[in-house]
Amino acid sequence: MTTASQEVKRAKQRSQVSQARLLGLVNRVRELGLLVVLLLIILIVGVQAPRFLSIDNFEQILLSVAILAIVAVGETLVVLTRNVDLSVGSMVGITAFVTAYFFKQLPGINLLLGILLGCALGLVLGMVNGLIVSLGRVPAIVATLGTLYVYRGLVFIIAANTTSQVNASDVPTGYLALATTQIFGIPALILIAAVIAVIVGYFLHASHTGRQLYAVGSNPEAANMIGIRRDWLVFTAFAASGLLCGLAGVLWGARFATVDATAATGLELQVIAAVVVGGVNIFGGSGTILGVLLGAIVLGTLQNGLNILNISQFWLQAMYGAAIIVAVVLDAFITRWLRRTILSRRKKA
Amino acid sequence: MKRVKSLLISWEALLAILLLISIVIGSVVSPYFLSGFNFNALTSNIMEIAIMALPMTLIIIAGEIDLSVASTLGLASVVLGLLWESGHPMWLAIGVALLVGLVAGSLNGLLVTKLALPSLVITIGTLALYRGLAYVVLGDQAVSDFPTSFTNLGFGSIPGTEIPWSGLIFAILVVIFVVALHFSRLGRQLYAMGNNKEAARFSGINVGRVKLMLFMLSGVIAALAGVIFTARFSSARPDNALGFELYVVTVVLLGGVNIFGGRGSLLGVVLAIFIVAILQNVLSLVNISGDIQSLAIGLLLILSVLGPNIAQRIQVIITRRRLAAGSSKQV
Repeated sequence: MTTASQEVKRAKQRSQVSQARLLGLVNRVRELGLLVVLLLIILIVGVQAPRFLSIDNFEQILLSVAILAIVAVGETLVVLTRNVDLSVGSMVGITAFVTAYFFKQLPGINLLLGILLGCALGLVLGMVNGLIVSLGRVPAIVATLGTLYVYRGLVFIIAANTTSQVNASDVPTGYLALATTQIFGIPALILIAAVIAVIVGYFLHASHTGRQLYAVGSNPEAANMIGIRRDWLVFTAFAASGLLCGLAGVLWGARFATVDATAATGLELQVIAAVVVGGVNIFGGSGTILGVLLGAIVLGTLQNGLNILNISQFWLQAMYGAAIIVAVVLDAFITRWLRRTILSRRKKA
Repeated sequence: MKRVKSLLISWEALLAILLLISIVIGSVVSPYFLSGFNFNALTSNIMEIAIMALPMTLIIIAGEIDLSVASTLGLASVVLGLLWESGHPMWLAIGVALLVGLVAGSLNGLLVTKLALPSLVITIGTLALYRGLAYVVLGDQAVSDFPTSFTNLGFGSIPGTEIPWSGLIFAILVVIFVVALHFSRLGRQLYAMGNNKEAARFSGINVGRVKLMLFMLSGVIAALAGVIFTARFSSARPDNALGFELYVVTVVLLGGVNIFGGRGSLLGVVLAIFIVAILQNVLSLVNISGDIQSLAIGLLLILSVLGPNIAQRIQVIITRRRLAAGSSKQV
C-alpha cells in the first residue's frame, strides 16, 4: 500500500517537475524565436529600404513602442492570473484626456501633480475592474468588455461637458516635454518604459507576491489550498494594470499633444497582441516581461517596416489579429512538441 | 435541479416585468414612443444584434464565445459592397458575402476545435483580423449606390404592418433556433457540453463537430446581419457595426444565459433583446449620443452578471443566519 502511494506521489512530482521545465523551455524557445523573427524583419525591410536601418529609425520604433509596452506590462500581470483586461484602451484614453484637460485649466500647476492625478485615476479605474472580477465574481472578459464601453462613455461625457479636444497649444510646454526630453541622449519616454519593465520584471521574478501571481494562474485551486489569497492577487493585478494605464495615459497626452474623446481607441487589441506574441500563456501562469517587451518591439518594428515600405496602414489591424492567432497556434504546437520530446527522452532513459 | 429551474423561470419573469417597465418609461418619456413608426424604428434598429444573438446563445450555452461577430458583419458588408460596385448582380454579391461569413466562422471553429484553443482568445484575434481585412478590402471608402429593391430589405416593412422585413427574418430564425435548442437532441447536447465537456464526450457526443458547426453558423448569421445592416444604411463601410459584439453578448447574458455554459433559454434572450432595443430607443428619444448609449449597455452587461451573483450571495448569508438561529434555539 505505502509503496504504491509513494510510487503515485513520485510520479506526480515528476510530472510537476516536467511541467515546470516544459514551461521554462517554452519561454526560452519563444524568446529565441522572437529574436529570430525580429532579425528577419530587420533584414527583409532593411534590404529594401536602407533608411530603415538608421539609429534614428530604431529610436522612432522604440518611441512608438514605449507607451504600448507600459500598458502591455500591466496586461501581463492580469493575463498571468488567467484573466484578461479589455478596458486598457479606454483607461488610457480617459486618463490622457483628463490629464491634458487638467493641464489646460491649470497651466501653472506643478507637473508632478498632474502626473499623480493621471496615475491615481487609472488606479481607481483598475480597482473597479478588480472589484467586479474578484469580489463580484464576474468573469474578466464580461467585466472588462463592459468597462471598456463604460470608461469610453465617461470620456465622451467629460468631453461633452468640457471641451471636445485639448490641443498642443493649450497645455504647458513642461507637460509636452515629458515625451521629448532626453536623458543621456535617450528619450525619457523610452527610459520610463524600460524602468517600469525592469521593476515589474524583477518583482515578478523575485518577490513573494510575484511568484504567487504565477501560482494563481497555473493552478487556481491549488494556489487557494496552499493559502494564497487569490481574490486579493487578482484584484491587485487589475489595479496595477489600471495604474500603468494611468501612467501611459499621462504620457499619451504628452506625446500626441492633441487629445480628444477617442484617444487610444482599440489599443487593447495591440496590447493583447504584444502580450500573446511575447509568449505569455493565455491560460495563465507562464510568461516573462522580457518576452512581452520583445513582442511589443516586434509589432512596432513590423508597423514601422510597413510604413517605410509604403504598405497601406489599413493592413495594420489585420496584422495584429493575425499575430494574435499565429502566436497562440504556435504556442500550442511548441508546447506539444516539447512535451513529446521530453516524454520520449525519458522513456529512453 | 428544481431550484435551478425555478430560478430560471423567475429570471424570465423578471425580464418580462423589466420589459413592461421599460415600455411604461418609454411612453412617459416621449409621446412618440408608442407610435407604429417608432415601433418600426426600434425594431429594425436592433435586428442585426438580435439575429447574431441567436447563434451566440447556443455558443455560450455550449461553453464557448464568439467575439468576432461584429467584425464578420463588417467584412461581409464590404465584400457585398465591393462586388456590387464592380458590377456583379445583387444575388451573387449576397451569396459571396454569406460565403465569406461561412469561411470566417469555419476558421474560428477549426482553430477552437482542432487545436483545442480557447475561443475567447481566438475570437479576439479574429475580431481584429476580420475588421482589419474589411479595411484592407475597402480602405476608407464606402459603397452606397445600392438598388432600392435591396435597400427595402432594410428600410421597408411588410405591407400593411409596421414590422420591418428584418423582423420577419428574425422571427423565422427564432422559431428554428427554439426548436433546435429546446426541442431537439442537438439542444440537449449543447447543454450537456456546456455543463461538462468531458462527460459529454464520453457519452458519445462529437463535441468538436458540434462546436465547429456552431461557429460556422455564427459566421453565416453574422454575414446575414451584415447584408441587412448594409441594406438598412444603404452603405457598405469597413467600420459598419463596430463594437456590436458588446450588444450581442449583453443581450445573451441579460437573457439569463450562464457565461460558463450549460444554462439559459432563448425566451430570456428574446425578452432581453427587446429590453435593450427599448433602452436604446428611449436614450435616442432623449437625445443621448451613441457613445454614451454604449456606456449604459456596458453597465447593463456587468449588472446582468453581477446582479444575480450578489443576489445569490445575499441568499447564502440569509440561509446561514437562519441555520445559525435554528441551531442556537435547539441549544
